Amino acid sequence: MKPAAFDYFAPRNLDEAVALLAKHGEDGRVLAGGQSLVPTMAFRMARPAVLVDINRIEGLGHLSAQEGQLRIGALARHAHFESAVTPGPLGALLARVVRHIAHPPIRMRGTFCGSLAHADPASEWCATTLALGGTLVLRSAGADTREVAARDWFQGVFTTAIRPGEMLVEVRLPVLGPEWSCGFAEFSRRAGDFALAMAVCALRLDRGLIREASIALGGLGGRPVLALEAAATLLGQVPSAEAASAAAEAAAAHCDPHSDVHAPAEYRRDLVRAMARRALAQAGVA
Amino acid sequence: MNWVGRRLPRTEDPPLLRGEGRYVPDIALGARAVRFLRSPVASGRIVSLRAPAGLPPGALFVTAADMPEARGIRPALRRFEYRAVEQPILPRERVHFMGQPIALIAAESAELAEDLLEQVELEIEAEDPVVGLEAALAPGAPAVHALAPNNVIVEGAIRPDGFADAMAGAVHVVEFAFRSRRQNATPLEGRGGVAEYDRATGRLRLAASCQMPHMLRSGICEVLGLPEADLQVVAPDVGGGFGQKMSLFPEYPALVWLARRYRGRFAWIEDRYENLIASAHSRDQKHILRAGFNAQGQMVALEADILADIGAFSCYPTTCAVEPLMALAEYPGPYKIPSYSVRARGVLTHSCPAAPYRGVSRPVITFGIERLMDRAAAAIGLDPVEIRRRNLHDVFPAKSPTGFTLDEGSYIEALDEAARHLDIPAFREAQAEARRGGRLLGLGLAVFNERTGYGTPAFAARSMEIVPGYEVVDIAMTPTGEVEARIGASPHGQGLRTTLAQIIADRLGIDPLAVRIIHGDTDRTPYGWGTFASRSLVVGGGACQIAADRLAAKLRRGAARLLQCGEEEVVLRDGLAVTGAGASIPLREVARIVHQRSELLADEVGFNLAESGSYDPPGTFSNACHGCIVEVERETGAVRILRYLVVEDAGRIINPMIADGQVRGGVAQGIANALLEEIHYAPDGNCLSATLADYIPPTCAEIPEIEIHHLETISSATLTGAKGLGEGGTIGAPAALCNAISDALAPFGVDIAEFPATPPRILALIRGRRAVWEAA
Ligand SMILES: Cc1cc2nc3c(=O)[nH]c(=O)nc-3n(C[C@H](O)[C@H](O)[C@H](O)COP(=O)(O)OP(=O)(O)OC[C@H]3O[C@@H](n4cnc5c(N)ncnc54)[C@H](O)[C@@H]3O)c2cc1C
Repeated sequence: MKPAAFDYFAPRNLDEAVALLAKHGEDGRVLAGGQSLVPTMAFRMARPAVLVDINRIEGLGHLSAQEGQLRIGALARHAHFESAVTPGPLGALLARVVRHIAHPPIRMRGTFCGSLAHADPASEWCATTLALGGTLVLRSAGADTREVAARDWFQGVFTTAIRPGEMLVEVRLPVLGPEWSCGFAEFSRRAGDFALAMAVCALRLDRGLIREASIALGGLGGRPVLALEAAATLLGQVPSAEAASAAAEAAAAHCDPHSDVHAPAEYRRDLVRAMARRALAQAGVA
Repeated sequence: MNWVGRRLPRTEDPPLLRGEGRYVPDIALGARAVRFLRSPVASGRIVSLRAPAGLPPGALFVTAADMPEARGIRPALRRFEYRAVEQPILPRERVHFMGQPIALIAAESAELAEDLLEQVELEIEAEDPVVGLEAALAPGAPAVHALAPNNVIVEGAIRPDGFADAMAGAVHVVEFAFRSRRQNATPLEGRGGVAEYDRATGRLRLAASCQMPHMLRSGICEVLGLPEADLQVVAPDVGGGFGQKMSLFPEYPALVWLARRYRGRFAWIEDRYENLIASAHSRDQKHILRAGFNAQGQMVALEADILADIGAFSCYPTTCAVEPLMALAEYPGPYKIPSYSVRARGVLTHSCPAAPYRGVSRPVITFGIERLMDRAAAAIGLDPVEIRRRNLHDVFPAKSPTGFTLDEGSYIEALDEAARHLDIPAFREAQAEARRGGRLLGLGLAVFNERTGYGTPAFAARSMEIVPGYEVVDIAMTPTGEVEARIGASPHGQGLRTTLAQIIADRLGIDPLAVRIIHGDTDRTPYGWGTFASRSLVVGGGACQIAADRLAAKLRRGAARLLQCGEEEVVLRDGLAVTGAGASIPLREVARIVHQRSELLADEVGFNLAESGSYDPPGTFSNACHGCIVEVERETGAVRILRYLVVEDAGRIINPMIADGQVRGGVAQGIANALLEEIHYAPDGNCLSATLADYIPPTCAEIPEIEIHHLETISSATLTGAKGLGEGGTIGAPAALCNAISDALAPFGVDIAEFPATPPRILALIRGRRAVWEAA
């Protein structure tokens, strides 16, 4: 469990960083919090020839709401979200979600953007960004920034729409007004473990009826997915326990979970039902 | 002043807390790093094995061909039905489990060694592996070793006369078949060693993270054909062992061989991946029980069929028989069982070898008999407490059906005490109320006794070729008055330096801080058996007491002479020898005179204050009752422990703080066993639990507050009155928790027959079922 040899660079600004990434192409990797990359290197499952450590770059740690968007910089750490980063349902949701990510020391270093770049199927931030319809902002040497919608970002286990030479510089999430309510629930074997299943939901109510609904599921293997059928069952409904049950059933029926040493697919399906119901209950559908 | 019985802070702790402990990796600095090439397959034939092209200068590549003189590890049992399978240090021809060491690389750094490992040219012709008990015993199954054609490496049976009649006379017959899944002891520090050659003396020194330094020396010397005097084995600070560090693993002789052959210093520091796949596993068992009860709910006959998957090789020195044959011998536990019939088999598979882990088979048999008791209670219509009361031994000494003498214990008292603390009537009301709200609460009990501190006769009865048991302690007072005690036991976190000092301090009337316990070094301690089987405090403590009493007699003799009174008038206390008349002399003064003014005392005392004590007790049974209350979450199968308590009787408690720590740590590992930890193998023999993301020990968040109540039955079977308690915590927890979970699930008509009782397993039991109140 010792990593293979690699070269290490610690650029001081973004241009240098993307220049290095351009130069090394497939061989180069961004090192952010290192909480996923370093363990995978120790197992030699990842063996980048070049590490571009972005931690000394000024101005990447931003976390600010502007023009209806929460902008999350590449060095915003998980721990920053533990108290609400923005008023209203979004900040509250993120503060609730972050408590399920790993343990405090890991949260001090791991980054939001690193989670999206890593794209673990059980990443809380990935499912949350998907549910909220976030946008990912990428930079590469000599090019304009490129934006990718969350629904186009996740391609499979640990694979995303990122291109060689690109760096994820920011994730944007829509700031939610008071007409929105959100919920999050997950199930993991131990405190801080990656979840066996999770559900995130965001709902917009108008005069007592659900007008917009989004539910994302994670932890099922592959990539986080939108539970489109489940969300559809909620539209036009009055929030109620029956509505929540119907949506949870739909989420369970249409998901495609995998089996591993922790749980068979059948069990994960049960969890999806339970977690969807809990997330919806938090959002007031109960 | 009595030091025994006090919550004395551990003298071990300050350096550990300051980060000043010295573990093998601390000692290994500067040594050449050794990494092992491990088999990627469970079973196969080595077709070719070649060094990396371009091995850099200073790097070494070693295979079996390089060490023709090394013998394999040959644990032996003097029983005709045991197949003496031998484990090679490095295999020549075949591999038998994924992770088995095949070759090694030594290089400047571990990183470089791992780079080079990737370049070794290894070709293995994989063969169909035998994975799991069922596959190993299936008709026509391939043999893991030709020596054991049907894959049974050891078998034992007891078929008493009259058993069939006893069973036929039963009014109720209760059956219980269950599965215990494979575990890894997971010490915080993995295995590891540094071996070096001393050019000046020609001796070798191995510092290893081990539990039995003398045994390790004997084992390595046997394999390599070395005189024991040429090898010093040291156990420095050891970061947990739990049994896993008892055995002789191929890696250690390989290290010593390297140091000797290349006259250098070589270190192997195991990583977590190696520890999970290739150290030692345990408790992969399947039992089928059948018990007959009379109309009063008393068990009249018990029949057990025990299978233990022992992996690919037998462990040294205990042999792999330790799991199946302990289960065979100890199943009846604390219960009066007039007729007991049993068969136990150890089964070979292509998997990591099994070795003792804290409690060995006792967590499994306690699970079996305690779940059986709950099943029987339900079948007969008795309360779980009542059925146990009717079956527990209450007259001591008692005889077990397998011939053990059970010394004085408090089996019924411990049960009653646990029941009282749990307030079972109040719980039943709360449970009924919770059920009305759809919530599932359950209460579980586990009563057991635990054979501890047993000496040579007990081990000799196991027919082991190497018979451990006794302990020798060499004690001496220095000219400045401190006491040095050299022990053969080898603590690795249990606080023996503190507790043994407490025992010695009381016998000599001195402060425990004046007692230095010297351990873990074959050059500086008498031959002894290290630490396992909840023995060190009982056996080592008894030897300390004997040695200290002899030293006390010498001191009194010397003091009497100096104080000019009769020996019987002298009492040792507060560091003084005191006479009834009030005259006194500091012991350190006596010590100075013995060593430096020997003309004054040589006639009475001789020329030193050195004594030796040895102790070899028959063994003693501690006992306990664990009780817990859990909530099972119906939607997810998650188990929350609402309350956990232990009523423990380990005789005289030398240091209650340390005793509580042993119980708590043990319960934590028992909770792990009950709910979380499981080593999985894929059908192709690939170990799937190779990281701590896949094999999941509890964190502090999963361990509840553990209430501990002590009973102190002073048994005549041990010198100090102390009984062992190192393993009890681990033994009771799976049974207590799974009984509680089963109680919670009772409305669904299901119970737990496989552990760990994971959320997916629990949900699988109740999926699609209705609770009685829903059916109604
Ligand atoms: C014990 C443990 C438990 C954990 N539990 C959880 C959990 O429950 N839930 C969870 O979500 N996570 C968990 N994690 C992972 C943790 O959240 C990581 O911090 C996170 O996945 C990655 O963020 P990072 O900043 O550490 O990225 P790094 O480890 O530095 O990088 C991860 C990958 O993303 C790439 N990358 C990082 N940043 C960028 C960027 N800006 N642009 C392009 N590529 C980039 C890297 O090149 C690398 O491939 C756990 C980790 C540990 C060690």
